[in-house]
Amino acid sequence: MSAVVHETLILEAGRTERHYWRELWRYRDLFLVLAWRDVAVHYKQTIIGLAWAVLRPFATMMVFTFVFGRLANLPAEGNAPYALMVFAGLLPWQFFSTALSESSGSLVDNSNLIGKVYFPRLIIPMASVFVALVDLLVTLSLLAATMAWYRFTPSWQLLALPLFVVLAFLASLGPGLWLTAMNVKYRDFRYVLPFVVQLGLYVSPVGFSSSLIPDDWRLVYSLNPMVGVIDGFRWAVLGDQARIYLPGFAVSCSVIVILLFLGLRKFRAMERAFADLI
Amino acid sequence: MPMHGDVAISVSGLGKSYFVGHEASSRFRYTALRDVVARNFKDLVRKTHDMLRGRAVVQGDHIEEFWALKDVSFQVNRGEVIGVIGRNGAGKSTLLKVLSRITEPTEGRIEITGRVASLLEVGTGFHPELTGRENIFLNGAILGMTRPEIRSKFDEIVAFSGIERFIDTPVKRYSTGMYVRLAFAVGAHLEPEILLVDEVLAAGDAEFQRKCLGRMRDVAGDGRTVLFVSHNIAAVRALCSRCLLLNGGRVTAAGAPSEVIAQYVSHETEALTFRRAAANDERPSITSATIEEIAAGAIPGERLLKIRLTAHATQANQVEISALLRDNMRAPVGFAPVGSLMSEAPARLHKGANNFMLVIDISSLALGQYTVTLQISKPLSDIVDSCPDCLVFDLGSEHFSEVNPLRQDWQVGSVVFRSQIIPLQ
Repeated sequence: MSAVVHETLILEAGRTERHYWRELWRYRDLFLVLAWRDVAVHYKQTIIGLAWAVLRPFATMMVFTFVFGRLANLPAEGNAPYALMVFAGLLPWQFFSTALSESSGSLVDNSNLIGKVYFPRLIIPMASVFVALVDLLVTLSLLAATMAWYRFTPSWQLLALPLFVVLAFLASLGPGLWLTAMNVKYRDFRYVLPFVVQLGLYVSPVGFSSSLIPDDWRLVYSLNPMVGVIDGFRWAVLGDQARIYLPGFAVSCSVIVILLFLGLRKFRAMERAFADLI
Repeated sequence: MPMHGDVAISVSGLGKSYFVGHEASSRFRYTALRDVVARNFKDLVRKTHDMLRGRAVVQGDHIEEFWALKDVSFQVNRGEVIGVIGRNGAGKSTLLKVLSRITEPTEGRIEITGRVASLLEVGTGFHPELTGRENIFLNGAILGMTRPEIRSKFDEIVAFSGIERFIDTPVKRYSTGMYVRLAFAVGAHLEPEILLVDEVLAAGDAEFQRKCLGRMRDVAGDGRTVLFVSHNIAAVRALCSRCLLLNGGRVTAAGAPSEVIAQYVSHETEALTFRRAAANDERPSITSATIEEIAAGAIPGERLLKIRLTAHATQANQVEISALLRDNMRAPVGFAPVGSLMSEAPARLHKGANNFMLVIDISSLALGQYTVTLQISKPLSDIVDSCPDCLVFDLGSEHFSEVNPLRQDWQVGSVVFRSQIIPLQ
């Protein structure tokens, strides 16, 4: 008799997976492969390829600096160059919007996999966020170039940037999971998202500093989770020039955690029926 | 002594239900703008209601629960190769989907002991933009292989597929044959303890199919547990040690392959009606078919087979609908096309459900049992939907009489039956 102890898998209606997170870890190879696929395919058959990741934020930065900085003459954070301030806000915003659009459509885009193979479905939206992460890394080089252009010396706070990248990742994952699960059942959400993302660009402090918001309203304003993320990015990039509004930051972080919890819960609840609905 | 540990798969009381929507016949539906508005409004209210209660949106006017599997119980021992046969719509694919955890059972319980891999389709997740090499890693990971495992089998996979020269070419440049060969090669190198396989041998040319069958035999001979779903009776007979027959979502026979297969092709399996869900893409598809009657025609000696069928289309279309008849030895005995060169009018489909009566002159068929394969194709072009062997009927002595003898008008080669299609409301 073999000494191998086999685990018995039990399938029943409504039964929740006991070892969900362990199972997710077991499928990490698939996660890496899918993430790699999404990145590899993203810029296939384009002429300038990855340069698109640089071109779009660069053009947006120029326009925003001109409109908000020059025309509207809004103040920058401290003495930091306006363009640099815009860029520090644009980075997380662009990451957030790409991550959100990629993840919210991810399940429907991968319906051929869902109908034919089992794996923890959470892998799909998580892997799709990877595309946004690669874009972000490329754009970071543009940030370095902009800093050099303005001869801006970053402080030690720049070391905290990865923490805020994680925060931006979590901020997009929560709504992303919720949207992608809902998209499987009701395709209406596909039409809502581009509109929300477009509006969000102006509602979030991308083109301007969040210190422009009157003090009485700042806490309410921070209910937008991206306010905290963008403020964090600016604090890390601009160093002494930017101050972080801690109560607001705490509110944003709480909203991120709540959205993540709701998104995960919705996703887990609907996960088992994806194959029947898609 | 058999022990509990010797059972690889144990299924008890398994059931799986779906909700399917039917659209009311749409021919005279949109008569007035008022009706259209009222209908759409009612639809919107219902959908919103469904959404608020967290239910899925089902298209259609009537919603019906449909049991794809019901009261299915069986056991598979470790090392056993078990075949599952049955007609289209019998629940074979649903059974595989439930066993491979793609979808959840509605009732019942399944216990699986051992590492499972399922192969429901070859080339799942293949990406056209990626090269053959990249797709091997992608598909391998999707099927559950680890990276070291794929790397160690990589050369073997490439050699099996026989496309060494094109391994670094994007698969969108491959011919269909190359694509399928590469896809099967990856699947064929899965080495789990329990393998669940759907009709994957149906691809490729005869030579490649032989190779695939050989590979399947190797896998089965290795002491692995295999559950194999197929229409290919010969393959089931050659590979399996035991066989299950599914009919209408229930297990109607289980045992030695020869006995179960005999039952599958015998009298008791007359299947006069067939239904399934519409295709979930743009393709028109046959959703139900029923043999209404075998009636005497106007001329003495004329026997007409009348099949009522429903085809579902997502847009207005002109199509060819054809029926292929085989005898119980599975030899083709004739073909009844509508809308091809042989009959002038193609069938017109409008959006939604289309009901037809297909009338086939089968005066030249002798006593016996016949199976019908229904197909939809674009006129003179590709087959877009096929229901292999979906109907079975017996032509018994009651259909023959003195005024209605067998009319012999055999021709050389395949026989084309005179047929016509009549749209119904």
